[in-house]
Amino acid sequence: MPRYFTDEHEWIEVDGDTATVGITDYAQGQLGDIVFVELPQPGTQVAKGKDAAVVESVKAASDVYAPITGEVTEANGALEDDPALVNSAPEDGGWFFKLTISDPSELEGLMDAAAYKSFCDGL
Amino acid sequence: MGLVASPRRAPICREHALSDDSDTEFEPQTLTLPLDGWHRARGARMVEFAGYWMPIQYEGIVAEHEWTRTSAGLFDVSHMGQLLLSGPGLDAAVEALLPIDLSTLKLGQQRYSLLLDEQGGVLDDLMVSRWPDSLYLVVNGATKWDDIAHIRENLPDEITLNHLEDRALLALQGPKAADALARHVHGDHPLSALTFMRFGHFTIAGQEVTIARAGYTGEDGFEISLPAAAAAEIAQLLCGEPEVKPIGLGARDSLRLEAGLPLYGHDLSPDTSPVEAGLVFGINKRRRTEGGYPGAERINREIAEGTQRKWVGLTIDGRMPAREGAEVFAGGEKVGVVTSGGFSPTLGAPIAMAYVASQHAGEGTALEIEVRSKRLAATVAATPFVPHRYYRGK
Repeated sequence: MPRYFTDEHEWIEVDGDTATVGITDYAQGQLGDIVFVELPQPGTQVAKGKDAAVVESVKAASDVYAPITGEVTEANGALEDDPALVNSAPEDGGWFFKLTISDPSELEGLMDAAAYKSFCDGL
Repeated sequence: MGLVASPRRAPICREHALSDDSDTEFEPQTLTLPLDGWHRARGARMVEFAGYWMPIQYEGIVAEHEWTRTSAGLFDVSHMGQLLLSGPGLDAAVEALLPIDLSTLKLGQQRYSLLLDEQGGVLDDLMVSRWPDSLYLVVNGATKWDDIAHIRENLPDEITLNHLEDRALLALQGPKAADALARHVHGDHPLSALTFMRFGHFTIAGQEVTIARAGYTGEDGFEISLPAAAAAEIAQLLCGEPEVKPIGLGARDSLRLEAGLPLYGHDLSPDTSPVEAGLVFGINKRRRTEGGYPGAERINREIAEGTQRKWVGLTIDGRMPAREGAEVFAGGEKVGVVTSGGFSPTLGAPIAMAYVASQHAGEGTALEIEVRSKRLAATVAATPFVPHRYYRGK
């Protein structure tokens, strides 16, 4: 399944007309120990580039933006009990939410893994 | 991802949760401290703090926090100002500036004090130690230049103020700090002769150092003033002990929050009085009756009559932290504001400190904190959140 990345350090993996969203390994490394994740409820409409979730590390809170527009279908309940999953498995078990894809063309401007890697190397 | 909506914004890739909030009309160049290269070589993530590049973390804030609570952590606090005052009539001159009773501060003793403005607002909090023929002050890094100007302006010309810029300051904190440090310390007295808030002159690796048994974590520990040129050697020596790891500013902040200790610029400012902040112990007893220090009228009145608001600890239900700036409510009424807040690694729960209207400041009072339009249930709690473990002698 194709996976895309944003310059705000979210990843999105597309599966037909739905997608899974999380933050990248680079992002979790920058944030440090994550102690709380506030996720959108199923049914929430999120818009590309707008606030969708909040991730709290020991020292600060950061917004997570929706990589594309859509309706949230599921939030990762595992993060409620174990927010540190975002540190240990950011691009796997530490996913944030799933959503429907309203406009597949929004994916076109996102980076693939190689482009994202060189983006991070340049930071 | 990026900025959080409220109340304090923090871009993900730039860390300024602990940033210096002092007003600056220009952006001076960020300075480096004696251990800059040493921190970088050990993999520290460096951030700007109080005008200096400083390590915010090495392996991670939670790991460093827990290491300090269970073993010993070495903190570089060389950004703080070390000042030496001397001259004729020193005690009287300093008593005109600080609400301290110097007649009871003996050689070898250190005491917490406050630099106050004429209205009794807090300009800084500081440590004062009696050295032979002088008083040694440690002031906050972010405020030290203003402090020096204020102190100089308010002391008579015959008092000499030396800013010890050639000294570094290291803090070794934690239950195993004494064991680790004792292996390297030589002096007329053993290190164990120091109890909490005492200091002495010693040598480490042949270098003259002064060591105070004090700190900012709530643990037993030491603050070591040493020649800047020897800082890397001594830091390396101490970190060679199996109990000791270097610890960054991030854990320093979470440790002091658990210990219920105020951070200047956040919990204390010219808009707060020491009485509101629960720092009445910093107004020494004789001064409460005699006055004669800046802001004495207001402060002594507040001690007698109480204050409209108090600085209190809050425990928070759930896991969502409340940060500085979050508003505190009793039902529909706004009754306070959070000045420091975060996640307590020791308690595994969010904690905060807030100024709250005195009628809602009693321990056990149920309040709410608003975070991103949600109300979090909070309870006024006794502080420290994690008990202090200072060494007061056997």
